[in-house]
Order: sequence, then structure tokens, then C-alpha cells
Amino acid sequence: MVKDKQTIFQKRKIAYFTVFSSILALYILSSIVTEFKLTDGVMAFPEAASWIVHKFVPDAKAFTRFPKIMDRLLETALLSVAVTSIATVVAFIFSLFGSRTLKSHGILNQAVRMTAAFFRNVPDVVWAMLLMFSFGQNILTGFLALFFSTFGMLTRSFIETIDEVSSACVEALDATGANFAQIVFQGVIPSTVTALITWALYMIETNIRSATLIGILTATGIGYLFDMYYKRLEFGSASLVVICIVVLVIIIENISNKLRKVIS
Amino acid sequence: MSEVVIKYENAAGKQNNTTCQDSITCNLEKNIFGKIRIAAHSKSNLAIKILIISLIAISTIAFLTFDYKEINFAEAIMATLHNVKTVFLEPALRRDTVMGVAYQLFVTFCLGMLATIFGALFALICSLFCAKNISHPAAATVIKSFVAVVRAVPTVLWVLIFAVSAGLGSVAAVIGLTFHSFAYLTKVYAESIEEIGAGTIEALRANGANFWQIVCQAVIPATLSYIVAWTFMRFEINFANAVAVGAAAGAGGIGYNLYMAGSMYFDLHEMGFLTYVVVIAVIILEVISTKIKTIVR
Amino acid sequence: MPILEFKNVSKIYDNVTKALEDINFTVEEGEFISIIGPSGAGKSTLLRCINRLIDASQGEIIFDGQDITHVKGKELRSIRTKTGMIFQHYNLVDRLSVIENVLHGTLGKKSTISGMFGHYTEDEKTRAFKILKELGLGEFVYKRCDELSGGQKQRVGIARAIMQQPKLILCDEPIASLDPKASKVIMDQLVSINKNKKITCIVNLHQVDVALRYSTRIIGVASGKIVYDGLPENLNQETIHKIYQSNANDLITDVSGGVHGER
Repeated sequence: MVKDKQTIFQKRKIAYFTVFSSILALYILSSIVTEFKLTDGVMAFPEAASWIVHKFVPDAKAFTRFPKIMDRLLETALLSVAVTSIATVVAFIFSLFGSRTLKSHGILNQAVRMTAAFFRNVPDVVWAMLLMFSFGQNILTGFLALFFSTFGMLTRSFIETIDEVSSACVEALDATGANFAQIVFQGVIPSTVTALITWALYMIETNIRSATLIGILTATGIGYLFDMYYKRLEFGSASLVVICIVVLVIIIENISNKLRKVIS
Repeated sequence: MSEVVIKYENAAGKQNNTTCQDSITCNLEKNIFGKIRIAAHSKSNLAIKILIISLIAISTIAFLTFDYKEINFAEAIMATLHNVKTVFLEPALRRDTVMGVAYQLFVTFCLGMLATIFGALFALICSLFCAKNISHPAAATVIKSFVAVVRAVPTVLWVLIFAVSAGLGSVAAVIGLTFHSFAYLTKVYAESIEEIGAGTIEALRANGANFWQIVCQAVIPATLSYIVAWTFMRFEINFANAVAVGAAAGAGGIGYNLYMAGSMYFDLHEMGFLTYVVVIAVIILEVISTKIKTIVR
Repeated sequence: MPILEFKNVSKIYDNVTKALEDINFTVEEGEFISIIGPSGAGKSTLLRCINRLIDASQGEIIFDGQDITHVKGKELRSIRTKTGMIFQHYNLVDRLSVIENVLHGTLGKKSTISGMFGHYTEDEKTRAFKILKELGLGEFVYKRCDELSGGQKQRVGIARAIMQQPKLILCDEPIASLDPKASKVIMDQLVSINKNKKITCIVNLHQVDVALRYSTRIIGVASGKIVYDGLPENLNQETIHKIYQSNANDLITDVSGGVHGER
């Protein structure tokens, strides 16, 4: 007994040591490759923090631009809601054919899963740059870029949700002689609706952040505004943009938390 | 159906079931159309309906108010299809060597790795003070709000903000990526810790264990598998973010190559090649992460 | 005329695993049959072959005078409306009300559109309510199914099956997730449906004593083969041993108590 205990403790020690040393090794390797120096990081941090506190605060000029910022922010918010809503509907339809629960044809099933994996894994920046060539500095560039990655992400999640949550009631409805459409509307939708909405709300929040990034690349929306002020070194106005984004994201986060509690 | 309901028969029937035996439908209620109601009354169904209607309304407003700048839609779509074909069906590498690209991919990988290591380290410490069941409630609220603000700022903006004083490079990229990772991981770690049964912690407290003993003996062992799973998931996100930040902020790695190919040289073939490299890397990471999750469980 | 006939039915999964091997039996109208056997013996597969949730690999299945082995689409759905099914985990749509779940039993006979949007006739609604009331769920019509206990959920499952006005009810381990008291209620109700509504019942069970007490006939299945088919009275320790491939004394059953039980 005593000996067993000792070996367990020893094994645990060895395991901890291995994990710790491999993390350390990864850290050292990564630092060398990226030329990241911890001292620089530590040194830069207080400097950056004090810069943020002193210089990265809205000034008088920034507030004169407030209406313009709000305008772009609203556009970005509307964009992310619209993208997510449409992607939710499209992804749900696709996921019906990608789930194993509903026994769609094997080839169709694989095709849907491959399509979803493709759209999920191609970075949204690639979509943004690709669409820039054809749509230019247009809101549709951001819309489509966000749509593609949201669609890919949601399709995979919905397939998992349907297979996890609906398989039992789908079997029962199948046994009553209900047809595909009836099973979807009476079984799949009611049993997954909470999960679908939770995912959609999460994606709205994520898409506001992604829209900022894509905006920088495609010169649209709130991202463009930030980039413009930033490049002109008008940090007061840039900081106001950041504050507005933060407020918007937190508002949306709180609304979705409340909703999630009500609909569960 | 409808939320307004008219009682079908007397209310007494509901209170006293024995009088109800002879009347067949006394428990049934009617809806506003005079038909028998079948739907359950619940706040949640109502909330879902309201939410769906609002989402449709907001989306409609969005499409009506967008400034499309008189774009020729058909032309744009045809051009897009052509470009998609070039990028995904005719990838080629012209401006760089395979080794060069592999190295840049590795740089991106390492940026994501550093951000994950730092983020996880700080988040682990911070989450101990922000889980309601082991920390002071006031401290938990303060830290949670702070973390929510940090999380609300897009990663690319953190990188750009730090780039002003640290210069655009790996330091800014790592700090920027770390900020968002830290905030995200603090939240999910704290949620895992809050799910530990109150009994476990109470028992240790009753035995006179102090804060750090509780952490080492109960909190860490109970949450380890969640922490590992979340950390790996975050690493996947950090890798993707490192690509995005490289492209949007010029912070190095394969993302920067993508940006140069797409926005400087307008070389769609090269963009295609780089995209495939990233996609394959992401899929490999996903496979590894799924494996690790099953091992840890 | 038998209501159901299995002729040399086999099921092979992925070309290797034999789940059912050469199954032959006939079911007469009004029987209450228990299928017993260890888990993994093929009970579930056998039951699901009857309403074609699983397709048999070989053999013929004749239901209600019709060869249903290869029917497809609309015809298959119309066969399914004649067989109700009850599941171990109830398989209800948790978010919907009790009566909506019961009304799902009519879907197979409804048009696609009205079924999709849950438009039921007043007759269907009152019929669903009457069934619920018979099963003692009169007060729960508008409750969401996730608010019910296990026993109540299973009664909703039974109500859904009865709503189909089936000729045959298939029960897949109906009491495996229930406590003894709720199990008794469910088994009693199944027997009364069998007697009063003249609906044939085939029940998968893993409790031998319950099978002995309630059924008119027992089919014992082991490794995909029928090893016993006969009256409960004739089932002896040795056969139980054969079905469960273990020493009968290791099983928690009481054969004598079962035989002189309620029936």
C-alpha cells in the first residue's frame, strides 16, 4: 500500500515536471522564433499602459466626431446582426443535411460537412481581401466575408447540436410515420431552438469584433474609422472609437446573457 | 399560437378534479381564435418569438439602410466567382520559397503559442480571485467587469494600441493577443471553478484548509480537464487571430504574407497557396485538439 | 391471420457484426409478448426491424398481411402510422407541451403543411385530451414535458402511441429508466391497453420477473438468435440460464413468484 502510494506521488511529480518543462521548452522555442524578448515585453508594458492612460483618452476634437463614430458603429452593429441572422437560417438548413440524425444521403451528408469545414477554416481576412477585388470598399465586402466564416462556424455547431439534442425525438417522430418536413418543424426546431439562439447571440457578439478587423482591411465600417484616426495619429478620436466598441459589445453581451437565462 | 387565453369552462374545475370527471374537456383552454389551445404557456416561448421578430426587423432595417454605393451586383458576383476560382483552384507560389512560407507559418504558430502561455498563466491566477465560490464576491464582481471590458476590445485593436509605444513587431503582437486570451480564459476558467460542488470546498474549509490549500487540493484537480480543453481551444483561436492580426496590423507571420499577396502584389495565386497552408495548419490543430480533449477526459 | 410474421430475418451491421440471425416467429392479434435477453442480444434491433427504423439485411417481414421488407417513402410512413412505439428514454420533444407531444401521434396521417405548423383539428385535440385523462395526466396538458417526472413522461409516450390508433405497439425497454412504483404503473397501463383497446404489444424487457408477470408469451433472445419462444409458465431456470448465458442463480429473478403473480 505504502509503496503504491509513493509511486503514485512520484508518477504525479514526473507528470507535472514533464508538463512544466515542455511548456517552458515551447516558450523558449517560440520566443526565439518570433524574436520576442520577455524583458522587452515587461519593459514595454508599463510604458504602454502609461501611454494609454495619458494619451489614449478622448479629447475635445474626438467628441465633435462622436455623431460620425456613432453612425459607423450603428452600421457595424446592424451588419453583424444581419449577417448572423441570415447565416443562422442558411446554416440551419445546411446542417439538416449534414447531421446523421436525419439520415440524409451519405454523399450529401459528406458534401455539407466538407463545405462547412472549408468555410470555417478559410480565414475571414482571406475572404475580405478576395472580395475587395470584386466588391471594392463596399459594405457588401464585409457582409460576405463575415457571412462565409459565420456560416461555416454555425453549420458545424448546428450539426453537433442536432445530433446531440434531437436524435431521440427524431426517432420517435420517424416511428409515428411523420415525414421529413414534419420531423424538422415539430421535432428538430423545438428541441434545438434554445441552442440555436445561444449560438446566434454569441456570433453577433463575435461578429462585431470581427467586423472591426475586416473594416480595417476593407476600409469600411467602424474599423476604417479607427484605422484612419490611428494612422493620422489622432489617438483621442481613435480611443473614443474603442470606447464606443467596448460599450456596444458589453451591452450586447448583457442582453444576450439575460435572454439566455429566459429562454433556457 | 396566441398568448391571450379565455377559460373554456369554470375555474372550479381546475381546483377540484373530482367534479371534472364527467365533463370531457374541462381542463382545456381556448385561444383567441376560439380553438382549443395546445401550446404551453411560457415566458421562454414568448421571449423566443420576440427575439426572432426583432432579429428579422433589425436585419431588414440593416439591408434598407446600407450604403451600397450603386454597385453592379451581377458584375461583382461574376468577378468574385472568377477570383474564387483563381485563389482556390490555381494556387501557386511565386514570390517566396516553400521553406520561407513554412517558416512564416511557424512564426504565426509561435505567436499564438506565446499568447496562449501568457494568457493562460495570468488567467489561471486571476480566475481564482474571480470565481464566486472561492473568492470574495466584491472582488469577483470587480475582476469580472474588468475582464469583460478587456474582452470587448477586438484583438487587432489591442495590437495596434500596443504597437504605438512598443513598435510594430512581435512584442506588440504577443501583448495584444495575450490581452484577449487572458480575458477570455479568465472568464471560462472561473466558470469551470464555479461549477465545482460547494460541498468539496466546504469540507476542506471545515478542515481548516487555507485558500492556497483549497486551490491546490480541490480547485486545480477538479477543473484540470476543463482548463486543458479550454486552453487548447484558445490556442486554436489564437492561431487564427495571429493570422488575422498579421494581415490587418502587419504584425508578422503568414498573415503578413497573405496581406502582401492580397493587398500589395494583387497576386491571387499566391494568396491561394498561403490560404491552403493556413487551412491545413488549422485542420491539423483541430485534430490534435480533439485528440487531447478525449485523452484528458 | 397473424398480424406480424418474421421469416428468416437477419441483420448484419457493416458487413461483419451479426445482430440478428435467422429470426422466425409469428404474432397473433391481441398477444402481449415480452422479448427478454441480455443487453446487446439484439432485442432493440429486432423491435426496430418491425417498424423499419432499422432495415433487415435478409428475410421477409410481413405486417398486417403486407410484405413491408422493402416498402419506401409514403407507403413506409403509412405502415409506421399503424405501429406505435414507446422508448426507454421517452423520446419526447421536451420544450413542447404534453398535448402537443401526444398530437405528434397524428402526424403520419396529416398533410405536410398542417403537420409542420402543428395545425390539428378540434377532434384530434379532444381525443388527445381524453387519452391523457385516461392515463391520469388530465392536469398536465399544458405543462412542458421537461417539467414532468420520468413516469409521467413515459405515460405521455404511451399517449402518443395510442393517439396513432395503432394495431401494434412496440415498447423498447419502457421501464428501464423508472423506479419500481412508476414501472408498475406503466406495465399495468400497457396491459390494460392491450386488453381494452385490443392492441397487440411487443415489449423489450430485461427484467425476467416483470416479463413473467405481465406477458402472454415470452421470446428469449441471445446473441441474435431466438432461444425460447413460448408461454411464461414453461420458462424454467435452465432456459433463463441459456438466454442470459450465465448461472441462473446469479440473476436477480424470482421465477416462482412471477408465475403465481398477478396474472
